[in-house]
Amino acid sequence: MSGRAFSAQALVHTEQGEIDREIFVNDEIYRRELEQIFGRAWLYIGHESQIPKPGDFFVSKMGEESVILTRDRAGKIHVFLNSCRHRGMKVCRYDEGNTTNFICPYHAWSYTTDGKLVGVQDYDRLYQPPFDKAGWGLVEVAQLANFDSTIWATWDKNAPSFEDYLGEAAFGLRGALRAWDGGDGETELLGSVQKWIVPTNWKFIAENFAGDFLHVVSHRSVEMVGIGPGEAGGRRDDYGEAKRAAYPGGHGIVYSIVPPKKDFVQYSLSPVTSAYFAERWRKRLERLGDKAGIFPLIGTIFPNMSFHGQQPRTLLVAHPRGCHETEMWRVYFVDKTAPAEVKAFLRRYYIRYSGPAGMTEQDDMENWSYAAMASEGLIARRHPYHYKAGMGYGGKDSVIPGRVTAKEAPGTEQNPRALYQRWAEFMDARSWDELRPR
Amino acid sequence: MTVTEDRLAYIDLMREIEDFFHAEADLLDERHYEAWLDLFTDDVRYWMPIRKNVAFEDRTKETTAEDDIAWIDDDKLTLSKRVQQLLTGIHWAEEPVSRVSHVVTNIRLAAPMSRIEEGASAPVKCRFLVYRNRLETETDLLVGRREDMLRRVGGALKIARRKILIEQSTLLAKNLTVFL
Repeated sequence: MSGRAFSAQALVHTEQGEIDREIFVNDEIYRRELEQIFGRAWLYIGHESQIPKPGDFFVSKMGEESVILTRDRAGKIHVFLNSCRHRGMKVCRYDEGNTTNFICPYHAWSYTTDGKLVGVQDYDRLYQPPFDKAGWGLVEVAQLANFDSTIWATWDKNAPSFEDYLGEAAFGLRGALRAWDGGDGETELLGSVQKWIVPTNWKFIAENFAGDFLHVVSHRSVEMVGIGPGEAGGRRDDYGEAKRAAYPGGHGIVYSIVPPKKDFVQYSLSPVTSAYFAERWRKRLERLGDKAGIFPLIGTIFPNMSFHGQQPRTLLVAHPRGCHETEMWRVYFVDKTAPAEVKAFLRRYYIRYSGPAGMTEQDDMENWSYAAMASEGLIARRHPYHYKAGMGYGGKDSVIPGRVTAKEAPGTEQNPRALYQRWAEFMDARSWDELRPR
Repeated sequence: MTVTEDRLAYIDLMREIEDFFHAEADLLDERHYEAWLDLFTDDVRYWMPIRKNVAFEDRTKETTAEDDIAWIDDDKLTLSKRVQQLLTGIHWAEEPVSRVSHVVTNIRLAAPMSRIEEGASAPVKCRFLVYRNRLETETDLLVGRREDMLRRVGGALKIARRKILIEQSTLLAKNLTVFL
């Protein structure tokens, strides 16, 4: 990179299905990502169920930086940079809680839950003339969105609305986040966040959930022993046919298509859970008709938020921690009105599947970390990665929006290609004016 | 019964418990996973809640509750699946397998007792210090507390419940493939 002007497009050749390894291992490129991508894109912050009451707060991250998600005394939701305006100290060092003010432990500047600076030591005596406290509140995000109870934010005031940012991928994200019966019922997090650190570049994770269906061998051991919630073994119940949909915004979603027949049975190891989902399935058929069988199975919303929308149901953010490290934040969610026994069964299944003790995810992390490590060498960097699977396939589906590839190329890498195409656009664009959804 | 007899019974029981934990550590570190599995009762709950950063006044919420998300919340069946997965030889996170040493210490009975009768249980607390190294430089030091419920079954001690409290909030290890 030294000397010449940086060009991400010169490193990402999606039309040939080749991507330079530098983008996964180069510290300079990573620093540029923080500004070009994490400083401008819409990022997932948290779930409304984490801050139900006025004064509730939950500390999250945007890129490498700590942010506070709060519900102020009037009930309005905010996202603030977690850094005192006076000397930078974190004003909140708890993961969650409820408070009236955030009081900095360094020099006691204090802020209300709507971000206003209200307390400054010796304000009347020391500051002559007095400075305007209104200009020194907590730094707030430029835009915030609540999308089916998930909270998103961006630092860029010129970014498009979150709906426009999603484009047609909104269809999939909405389907993933909604109550399982496809209705307006609420979902809630099953509780706390799993946070752990993986020595890899964050993009390996984004790519994985955007739709990498070629890593079958990674999970063969868990498929052999069977941790699924049904009698058939494996790691999950039959999810039907998979269709991959790529979006110009860089988002990738894999949909599962279940024929709308009456005996769609899941979770058979727990009769109560199975009965609950059988009843939800009937509701879903009533409500959605022919579209009832379409479930967003997994997906990535550009850049670093991923989800499992059908079974298990979980949200993940791959927060970057330098070029070579990623902090995983994973939460699990359920229908709010599901019986306690159903929630208990799902909870245990979800965490034996995902997370650092998840018998599926463990083997992913091994691959992500050692793939990144083995790409750092001088010689390794000279040779691009191969993303050619399914090139030339992909078209329109009658129901699922986006560029859709199904049976004809089941292992297509079209979704990772779309993600890196958008990545390159972000890296080269000078502003959102050059990044408007097409 | 004299005080001395009771005291001797207590010392005898403590030695039995210490031997039990030390033998358990050997089974794990020598990779006799199936034999290790036999140390648990069929109704065991092997539970590792998450630790959070909360205000001192909220300290009762520092550890995730029984119905909250945990790192691990296994019954005997899932625990046995973990062992089976290790034995497949293609569980890549443990292939090649880690080098592990379990140091178990500060062992004490958490209730005043000198015997565990057949079918009865005793709460036992301890600290663990687990060193793990694999491949070239991948190294984790997992340190924490354990609260076990030991039950006497057929004359022998078995683990009927295990609660593991690791002294980390954000887990610094990339996975938890090592039994604690």
